[in-house]
Parts: sequence; structure tokens; C-alpha cells
Amino acid sequence: MLKLLYFAWVRERTGTASEELELPDNVSTVADLITVLRAKGDGYADAFESDDLVRVAVNQNHVGFDHKVQAGDEVAFFPPVTGG
Amino acid sequence: MKSRSSHRLREANVIRVQEQDFDLGDELRGMSDGNHGIGGLCSFVGLVRDMAGDANIGAMTLEHYPGMTERALEEIEAEAHDRWPLEATLIIHRYGRLEPGDQIVLVAAASAHREASFEACHYLIDFLKTRAPFWKLEDTPDGPKWVDARASDDAAVARWGKVDNTQ
Repeated sequence: MLKLLYFAWVRERTGTASEELELPDNVSTVADLITVLRAKGDGYADAFESDDLVRVAVNQNHVGFDHKVQAGDEVAFFPPVTGG
Repeated sequence: MKSRSSHRLREANVIRVQEQDFDLGDELRGMSDGNHGIGGLCSFVGLVRDMAGDANIGAMTLEHYPGMTERALEEIEAEAHDRWPLEATLIIHRYGRLEPGDQIVLVAAASAHREASFEACHYLIDFLKTRAPFWKLEDTPDGPKWVDARASDDAAVARWGKVDNTQ
């Protein structure tokens, strides 16, 4: 299982803050996972319409889209951060 | 008072993510109390402005990623301690609803000498702005709007000679 988290406008577009997903066979990287998520519905397609706008953290560390994804990972998607 | 001093020394690197406001004087005194090795204490406070571009901002709501936020801030503090001889660091970041004029963030760095405290304080806020998972939702006359990240924030981090490619 993967634990997926969404924040800010990514959360608004997917319509959920968190969900669990059985790791699909064809997913080994974050980029693969995004391809699967885009097909989940219009909101997801909107959330992931541009790779440039979405950032990702795996197990609470910032990573790139080529990062490996494994069962048990916590994967979070969000816009570039705007704190401070 | 002795035991309180040593307690503070053990908590020289403090991070707090909270809804409530903070008192700047109390926080800075808390950092330096009992540590006479501190010769300089530099702080930065971020406030909610009432303008963003041309739109009037009524208030904003800060969302964050509990768990990762604390982890990211701890890493930034640890990196500052690696780069400068610091006696104490403090990061307080608020979340939830904030009004114009409200304090959002406090970072502070204390060292034996002013140079390390100035530089480390600047470093803490630069990296916080590009790595800590917070997002601002502003109330505007056209409705709520998520604040866009600024390229100038990435440039501010790059100047420290360590570019984070994932942000």
C-alpha cells in the first residue's frame, strides 16, 4: 500500500487530503505514479496537468520525479512552498 | 536558576509550529537566558502584509504538512549549526488564519559573535521559505487565492552555494 497525501490546490483538485493506493505493478517511480493518478479522474488530471507546478515528497523528504516508490511509502504532492 | 539554565542549554535548537502568536521579547530572552557564551543574537520576524501585487488582502490561511514541517525545519537548523558556531537557534512558524499585521514566523540565531548570528539567521529564513512545507491561501476581492512561489526565493537559496534541485 502507498499512503498518498495532497496539499493546497493539489488537494482541492483531487478532492481528497489523503488516500491509500495499492502499489500498481507498473509503478516504480514518482513519475509512473503520477501517470496512474492522472487517469483516476478529471480532478486528478487537473491536479497533475503540469509537471512544473507540482512538487513531491516521499517519506517526508523532498525528491525528484525520478525517485523510486515502494510499498509502505508516504507520498505527498503539493505546489511549490510559500511559507515564511 | 542553575538547573533552569542547563535545561535551556539542552534545548538550544528549538522548533515550534503553532497556531498561537508569540512574544518576540520573551522568545529571544528565552534563547539567551543562562548562556553567557552568547555575544550576539540576530532575529527575523515575518509579518502578514495587507497588499500582494495590486489586490487587497483581507487575511490569509496557512496550511502545512504536519510531520514533514518539523522534519524540514530540524534539517535547516542542523545545517546552520554545521556551517556556523552557534550557541542557539529558534524557529517558530504559525499556521491557520492570520490577519494583516500578524506575525507569521520568527527565526533567530545566537552565537559568540555577530557575524555568525547575522549570517545564520539569514540562512534559516532563506531555506525555510523554499523547503518548509507551508502554503498561503489569501483572501482577495476575487475570492481565495493560493500564493504563487517566487523565483527570487530560489535565487536567495542559491546564493548560499547549495542549490536544492527538488524545489
